[in-house]
Amino acid sequence: MDNSQNIIARSATTTPPPQVRNDVEEVAKLIDVSKCIGCKACQVACMEWNDLRDDVGDCHGTYDNPRDLTAESWTVMRFSEYESNDGNLEWLIRKDGCMHCAEPGCLEACPAPGAIVQYANGIVDFDSNHCIGCGYCITGCPFDIPRISEKDNKSYKCTLCSDRVNAGMEPACVKTCPTNCIEFGTKKDMLARAEKRVGDLKARGFRDAGIYDPAGVGGTHVMYVLHHADDPNRYAGLPKDPRISPLVGAWKGVTKPIMSAIIGITAFAGVIHYVTKGPKEEPENEPHDGDDGTPPASRGDSAGSGAASGTDPHSLGYDATRTSRPASDAQRPPGGDR
Amino acid sequence: MAINVTRRQFFKLGGAGLASSSLAMMGFAPEPAEASIRQFKLTHAKETRNTCTYCSVGCGILIYSKGDGAKNVEQNVFHIEGDPDHPVSRGSLCPKGAGLLDFVHSKGRLEYPQVRAAGSDEWQRVTWDDALNRIARHIKDDRDANFVQRNAQGQTVNHWTTTGFLAASGSSNEAGYITHKVVRNLGMVAFDNQARV
Repeated sequence: MDNSQNIIARSATTTPPPQVRNDVEEVAKLIDVSKCIGCKACQVACMEWNDLRDDVGDCHGTYDNPRDLTAESWTVMRFSEYESNDGNLEWLIRKDGCMHCAEPGCLEACPAPGAIVQYANGIVDFDSNHCIGCGYCITGCPFDIPRISEKDNKSYKCTLCSDRVNAGMEPACVKTCPTNCIEFGTKKDMLARAEKRVGDLKARGFRDAGIYDPAGVGGTHVMYVLHHADDPNRYAGLPKDPRISPLVGAWKGVTKPIMSAIIGITAFAGVIHYVTKGPKEEPENEPHDGDDGTPPASRGDSAGSGAASGTDPHSLGYDATRTSRPASDAQRPPGGDR
Repeated sequence: MAINVTRRQFFKLGGAGLASSSLAMMGFAPEPAEASIRQFKLTHAKETRNTCTYCSVGCGILIYSKGDGAKNVEQNVFHIEGDPDHPVSRGSLCPKGAGLLDFVHSKGRLEYPQVRAAGSDEWQRVTWDDALNRIARHIKDDRDANFVQRNAQGQTVNHWTTTGFLAASGSSNEAGYITHKVVRNLGMVAFDNQARV
């Protein structure tokens, strides 16, 4: 169970989180795409551990099932058929899901305090209790990962099994992977493993093999080994140089402080105005309901007649309407409009 | 509901709301205590080692059930994952094994012996004793009727071809060996000890 001391970043929160207990090693999940056989054990293990049961999918001509990430499918195998120039068909299978960016666009974009947090070990987690379902995290995500649930209008994505990792275990998908394609450890160790594997792939003729750990989002805590690292787009549209959308920067970087300042200045101006000019003087000749000269008998009579006829707009329960029309009340003769 | 708000009160309330919301936007909001996002669900669950029932690979699994095994608790399996100490797959499971939990709780799961009598379209629940007696009776009757000692050329064959035998995929080597001996001793030819998938 994570406590606030392990959180290094929190959405829509300007006060800094506790910073001193941060000597925590960053973790990483390494997905070696060249070893994946597309069995989807990781998808099943993810659903089992996280108590998710998505709708049964349908057949639509590819092995992708479900067709896309959903609020109840936090990881999906994406199958791409790529025909190279020499006529060879390559079946590229990529496990899609949250990349756990070091600089998460979702957290940057999120306006709900505490709905998205980042732990010292690098995991980016959604706290659905605080989620307001605005969907800004989807806009902010360079990988298009979070999904809003139709059941509760809250956003969901892979947690890198933060509960398991915090208890000293590996994520469920990592544990179940039968081909050793998904591995887990410290980011340092995973980078070392990835480099070894890239060397191996290069020796086998994949000259463009490489590690996918994009710098545009500060590096990620889910990394890929790709046989074609020069063209990650081949793997079901994995972005070559992912960056947080400029819209998010505009909203949080420029617009939000300006809007905050405008609201603040408005409130401040109101206070100054009250202090210098004082409360608004009510004109003496404008009679008030309740504290003016209207005879109490006539008011009671008016309310009684309204309740009896049911048509008097002044007696529908909104006493406020009476204060808004004190003049007509005053003009009315005692006894109401009967 | 009657709301007695004078115009002056309305402006005061509005001003207070505006001021507090702009204070919150500027970061002066009281921080709620950060509750844990998701509790680890296996703490103190009862852990039972077993073998995956699906195929002949026989991966080791860990079954987690509610409660610590105290006598007043009805155990309920709520999580299954691979057994890292098991030599077969060292903790990994294929998609079917990873989904064993839903297999355990499946509505279509067979939990007791059933008999569909010849000509009937209904399954009837029977006890294990009845089932085993019935199977033994059928085996004996069919073997007595169809056992072939010698073939047409007069050669000794000692085989029995009218009944087949399917055994468990999750058997150990030893259980498989014994099953094989029993079945072959009866002269049975059609026999598979692995439900290869």
